[in-house]
This record gives sequence, C-alpha cells and structure tokens, in this order.
Amino acid sequence: MTASEKTSPDPVLVRARDVHKAYGDHEVLKGIDMDVRVGETVVILGPSGSGKSTFLRCINHLEAMQKGSILVGEEQVGYVWRNGTLYRATPSQIARQRRGIGMVFQQFNLYPHMTVLQNIVEAPVGVYGEKRSEAEAYAHMLLKRVGLSEKANAYPRQLSGGQQQRVAIARALAIRPRLMLFDEPTSALDPELVGEVLATMRDLAQSGLTMIVVTHEISFAREAADRVIFMDGGRIVEEGPPGRVLVNPSHPRTRAFLNRVI
Amino acid sequence: MAAINPSGSAMVADPSAGRDVALAVSPANHVRRGLTAIVLLLALHMAWLIVANEAFQWHVVFNWLFDPSVMQGLMVTLGLTVVAMVLGTVIGLVLAICRLSGSRIASGFAGLYIWFFRGTPMLVQLIFWYNLATLFPEIAITIPFGPRLIGWDTNALITPLTAAIVGLALNEAAYMAEIIRAGLISVDPGQNEAAQAFGMTRQRALRRIIIPQAMRSIIPPTGNQLISMIKGTSLVSVIAMNDLLYSVQAIYNRTFEIIPLLMVAVVWYLFVTSILNVGQSYIEAYYARGDRRGEVRPATVPDPEPA
Ligand SMILES: Nc1ncnc2c1ncn2[C@@H]1O[C@H](COP(=O)(O)OP(=O)(O)O)[C@@H](O)[C@H]1O
Ligand SMILES: [Mg+2]
Repeated sequence: MTASEKTSPDPVLVRARDVHKAYGDHEVLKGIDMDVRVGETVVILGPSGSGKSTFLRCINHLEAMQKGSILVGEEQVGYVWRNGTLYRATPSQIARQRRGIGMVFQQFNLYPHMTVLQNIVEAPVGVYGEKRSEAEAYAHMLLKRVGLSEKANAYPRQLSGGQQQRVAIARALAIRPRLMLFDEPTSALDPELVGEVLATMRDLAQSGLTMIVVTHEISFAREAADRVIFMDGGRIVEEGPPGRVLVNPSHPRTRAFLNRVI
Repeated sequence: MAAINPSGSAMVADPSAGRDVALAVSPANHVRRGLTAIVLLLALHMAWLIVANEAFQWHVVFNWLFDPSVMQGLMVTLGLTVVAMVLGTVIGLVLAICRLSGSRIASGFAGLYIWFFRGTPMLVQLIFWYNLATLFPEIAITIPFGPRLIGWDTNALITPLTAAIVGLALNEAAYMAEIIRAGLISVDPGQNEAAQAFGMTRQRALRRIIIPQAMRSIIPPTGNQLISMIKGTSLVSVIAMNDLLYSVQAIYNRTFEIIPLLMVAVVWYLFVTSILNVGQSYIEAYYARGDRRGEVRPATVPDPEPA
C-alpha cells in the first residue's frame, strides 16, 4: 500500500452488526459488531470457547446466526434481499455467494482422495467453471508461492502437517477470494512446523489480501495484524492496533489472557 | 546402549555392541509346521473323497456343465443379480440420503421402509409381488384421491421377471441403505464443511467429496451383499423364474441325477463368486488411493522438510 492510498480510508469489506448466535439455550455470540476494511488483516484473539470459530463460520454462513447481519461486499451470505423482503437464500444461491470467501481450517480438511493439484482445482473447475488448463496453471503458480511446487501430484497424507496446511491455503487462494478466513491454522501443527505456515500467511497479508485470522500466535498478531480484536464470552472486549492491545491492554481480561499465552 | 556401527557394514566387528539384526533368521517352528502338514493332508483327503466319489458322478456334471439350458439359467441369474443390485443400490443411496437429511418426513419414511423390508422374509416378499394382481388388479397413475390419468392391468405388468426384479431390488435397497448410511457418516464432517465453504452444493459435495471417501467402508459389505444376492436369486425359482437353480432342477426332474446337477449349479455359483472377489480387491485398491498405508509409489513419499 502506498502512502497516498493511506490518506483516504479503504472501503469496508466486512460489516458485522449485532451478531447473535445460540446453540439451544447456550448463547455463544452476544452481539458482535465488526468492520474489516479492504486489505486489512484482523487477528481475533480470545480464550477457547469465546465464540471465535462460530463468528468466523457465520461470515460464510457455515453457521446460521439468529439475529443481526453480516455484509461481505454487497452480499449478505445466506440471504437475499428482494422487493423489500429478506429471503433465506437457496443452497445454490449460498454456494454462489461464497465465491469470494476462502477458508482455511484448523484440521486442514484437504480432500484425502485427491492429489494436491486436484484439491486446488476442484472448486475453480468444478464449481466456478474455470477452464481446467487455466486453473491448473494458476494452481502451479500458487503451489510455487507456498513453496510446494514439487508436491503437485502427492496425496495429502504423504505431506507433513505444515505442508498440508500450505496446500489448504493454496486451495483457498485458487478461488481468487477477496476475503480469507483462517480458523486457528497452526493449532494442529507440531511446533517446528508452525513457522512455515505463518510465513506464508505473512506474505499474503503483505500482498494486500483482506484476512480475518483466529489464532493464538501472538507473534503473528504483532507482526502482521493491522488490528487485533480480543473476544471473550461471545463479546468483543477490546480492539485496536497490535502495538497497543498486545503491549498495553486496557481490559483486565485481555491482560489475563495475554499473560497466559505469552 | 549399543553404539551405531559407523561403517554401516553388515558385520558388527565388536560383539559387545550387539549383533547386526540384518543377519537374523526366524527359528524353526515345529508345531506350526506339523499343524500345516496335518491341515494340508486333511484338505487333500477331503478333495480326494469328493473327486473320487462315484456318487458325485463327475462325468454327468461335466456333461451338463455347458448345457444350453444351464447357460441360459446362468445368464438369467447374472442378469437378475446385476439389475436388482444396481436398482437396489440406487434406491438404497436415496434412502440413505433421506435418512441423513434433516427432514423428519424423509428420514421417517426411509426408516419405515428399511424396517419393513429388512423385517420380512425375502421369500414372502417375492410371492407377494408375484401375486400383486390379487391385491391391486390395476396399477394406475392418479392424482391422489382425484381422477385417474393412466393405468395398466397388473397381471400383464407382473411377470415372473418383473416380480423377481422388483422383489429383489426393493429388498436389497433396504440393506444397501444401511450400508451406504454407515459409509456416509464414517466420513470426517470437516470434509462436508470444506466442500460447502468452497461453494459446493450438497449434491456436488456428496458426489465429489463424500461418496468417494465413503466407498472405503461401503465396498466390503457391498461385496458381501452382491454374493448373497447371486445366491439369493435362486429364491426366484419359486415364482417360476428360470434362473440357474431352476434350470438344473428342471433337468434333474427329468433325469433324476439330483446330486450331479446340483454340483453343476455349485460350480457355476463358485465360479462367479470367485470372479467377484477378484474384482472387489481391485475396486478396494482404487478407493484406497491417497492412503499412505496403501502406498504404491514410495517414490512420492516426501523428504522431511527443514522447518
Ligand atoms: N455445533 C455446536 N453445538 C453446540 N455447541 C457448540 C457448537 N459449536 C460450538 N459450540 C459451543 O459454542 C461455544 C463457542 O465455540 P467456538 O466458537 O468454537 O469457540 P472458540 O473458537 O472461540 O474456541 C463453545 O462453548 C462451544 O462448546
Ligand atoms: Mg475455535
């Protein structure tokens, strides 16, 4: 980003308002408000069970929320506004709305019966109708970007956890998303493999992709986040630039959490 | 702790460092050898008792083995098996998806279907379909409780063939539904989640992601089903369907060579089953691809990456 672009604020890509979600009587999200600007990297921190994954999954409608709204660009994923009525979207409409949102999971969730290359081109070719040759060329480019050029024909189980997660990142990038969601992408990895995945994510953040990252890696938040959001008990407790929230948190819960993880 | 031999040679010069396991041999297991010999001997004797037994009349068996009416019966058995199995699997897949769907009506209907068809004897079901005309003399497409659009005479529609296909397929569907359902729920739910997040509809996710992985656990019991179906088709001889068993029965009713003709059927049933076993192992290998334990190309195993 150049200095001249910095003068006028970037447009908002994700706008969440008063998001509520409960499983039965158990209230998991109790009114989340959040704006994420184009190109921003937002890191969500918080103790486990605070609703971070649930919020992330509400953004692409893997979970349906019960109250409030989340706008991604001009779409409200899961819903269609027509003639003054908000309709629940049909499955095929939802599939189309998810087009611009890439997701990376804690457990990678690569398709084990497909090779790395097939994993990456499955959605672009099968769902979004790209030409196979073009999708494969792009896939090879993405594999090079995550440092796995030679693994195109390997199956996921033949790769280390760190390699699998980097393939999963390439797979998410292959749909040319304007928003990337990461749900604890390094939590399932052996400690010595965390670095390679975080490095890949730092590159992405620098390239100007809009990212929402749930993680416990404070170092990543410090180095790559434009903004850190601290969640606890289904609410946003504190947010701000990493330099302030991580160094000089104002809320006692944030302080307690940071003391535990650092 | 034994030191690692730096030269890497097969000979460990210093016995105090232990002996190289590359030189190890298995000790002779006399009990096991003895048992193997006894079992082999018994098996050979059994085979001899059957082959050399005049009562089996092997020359009669061989005379009838390729008889046109036997071949015809074999074809009927194979055809029935294939058609009933394909129909049963398709209906079973639909039932399994219904059972797993969130819809109470769909899953309730599928549950009821499975309960009924698994809970009643196949033989009764076959006779029931064969005699459908006495219950419903006419099969018609109507608007429920409304006018009739088109109809057929049940007697003309239900031949031994259609009764056999309907009976076998509907019964098979109930079993396949449970096999497929077990396979579908054995797949990690994260797979469905990933498929959805990447814009796949439920249908596409099933076809491309879930079912190929469920196949790992669907194939072996399906092989079982197929084999019992081949033998199960012999039940259709009760509704005068000229399958393999029916055709040998027709012959021994004339010639009274009961045992040798039953042996003709046995030989063919065993032959077909053996071919299926071979086919099954190929299909299992195919769906095991991507599984490290089933690795066929060790060259693609990655080197450990420097962290
Ligand atoms: N499918 C579900 N059914 C019932 N409760 C759930 C479900 N998913 C999550 N929860 C509950 O919601 C709360 C928040 O979960 P989650 O969003 O996964 O937290 P986090 O990602 O911050 O650790 C937890 O108490 C969890 O037990
Ligand atoms: Mg979580």
